Amino acid sequence: MPSLNRTVRRALPVLTLLSLIPLWELCCRLFEVPTFVLPAPSDIARAFVEVEPARWLGHLWATLRVALAGFAISLAISIPLAVLMVRSRFLSQTLYPLLVVIQSTPIVAIAPLIIVLFGTGWAPRLAITSLITFFPLVVSATTGMLATPQELIELSRSLRSSPTREIWYVRLPYAIPHLFSGMKVAVTLAIIGAVVAEFVAAEEGLGYFVQFSTSYFKIPQAFAALLFLSVVSLALFKGVQLLQALLFRWSLPRDKT
Amino acid sequence: MKAHVQFDRVSHSYPAESGAPVEALRDLNFSIEQGEFVAVLGPSGCGKSTLLRLLAGLFPATSGSVSVYDCPVSGPQENTGIVFQKPTLLPWKNVLDNVLFPIRYKAGRPGARDIEQAKSLLEMVGLADFQKHMPDQLSGGMQQRVGIARALLLDPEILIMDEPFSALDALTREEMGFDLLRIWRQRPKTVLFITHSIAEAVLLADRVLVLSERPATLVEEVAIELPRPRSADTIHERAFADYTQRLRELIYQPRLTVVPGGKQDQGGHHAIA
Repeated sequence: MPSLNRTVRRALPVLTLLSLIPLWELCCRLFEVPTFVLPAPSDIARAFVEVEPARWLGHLWATLRVALAGFAISLAISIPLAVLMVRSRFLSQTLYPLLVVIQSTPIVAIAPLIIVLFGTGWAPRLAITSLITFFPLVVSATTGMLATPQELIELSRSLRSSPTREIWYVRLPYAIPHLFSGMKVAVTLAIIGAVVAEFVAAEEGLGYFVQFSTSYFKIPQAFAALLFLSVVSLALFKGVQLLQALLFRWSLPRDKT
Repeated sequence: MKAHVQFDRVSHSYPAESGAPVEALRDLNFSIEQGEFVAVLGPSGCGKSTLLRLLAGLFPATSGSVSVYDCPVSGPQENTGIVFQKPTLLPWKNVLDNVLFPIRYKAGRPGARDIEQAKSLLEMVGLADFQKHMPDQLSGGMQQRVGIARALLLDPEILIMDEPFSALDALTREEMGFDLLRIWRQRPKTVLFITHSIAEAVLLADRVLVLSERPATLVEEVAIELPRPRSADTIHERAFADYTQRLRELIYQPRLTVVPGGKQDQGGHHAIA
């Protein structure tokens, strides 16, 4: 649609989403859908306001710090691991299958086992979040480093550089665009990880609040918490995008407009 | 006078995934004098790039020896600069920092003299006003000029160029050729220039080594005795046409006679480039 200007084009997805709300409300009222099946937007809004802001913030913070800390731990482990796998053929051949096995195991299924292993508290929640975010980070960092042009590697070899310099000055920067793609996936997975952990063992957090509300049959309140979670997830995704734009402007495609 | 670069019975094979190793070079013997501009001409994929990498010391030859001033090349060389087919600049560094990359890479922080040197090289390649530009803001030809300046930064004795202009359009390519001659006059180096363009080889080189198809053997060495400095007028001289004709025969003759009815790959379009 070339006739639409930029602002309208950008607002279009939001407008589409917003226009669904009255439709949703209308359907609920028209067909008299019971609130425990599907609450109307007005019910959800009311439920949202009824919960005190301090309580919301408490739950938000509980989820967010697990998600972010788990993500950070995962990042701190996966990048050195990716470097090792790029450096050593042996390690990449032995570790990669192991990573795939970890990735294909449903984390939700092993979450209770992790709780048994680590007890209750912070540790299991961080472990679950790290496990779930780990794979996209390792894979994207490894792929990025291996995507470095061969000529550049040869150039650095011809300068008789140490392998450390080759990684630090050439391969890692080359991996930045790939790594950020992985981070965008991983950061939303981090929220999923935190919520899964809260489902299994927690007495705070938005995931816990969804479960708590459902068990007391406060469905509109559960929906409110769910929507809140989506917004947080979206905000984190945007945050990663913003971070890339701020720190690594060059890694983004140059704006053609 | 001692030869600057000496290839002595050099052969090289690559290990294949399955079956016999792939033979890239077979029994190459040649030498390059100091300050000489030598072009290596051969069909695509004949092993020209292998030859370059052997001289750069990126890997050892399967047999035979490559030496620089009688000293066998056993590893990466301090005194060689390499220009690749693609410019391969660092997309996160501006033009000046890309030229300084070898220093930053070896020593960490470039000094005032290095920066002066980089700036004067950029001026020489005609990019004085583009120091702060990022690589993706430059055209292909400009990026390759940055690559040349980078290769000259450590003031190497030998400049190795691997089809440096083959990714450029025909007009830019011709212009870059003349620029390279000017740069070579200002900073005399021993040059090994790999190309698959006959005209480019004749225009630039003192001597052209003609290689056969894989495994590459040396078909003939042709000394190009055209007066220097060469310019756009050189191309119109009778002697220039004679040399290109002779080289073309050397390259295509064996194919036409040896493989009757075999596949005629690629035709002669490289010759005009």
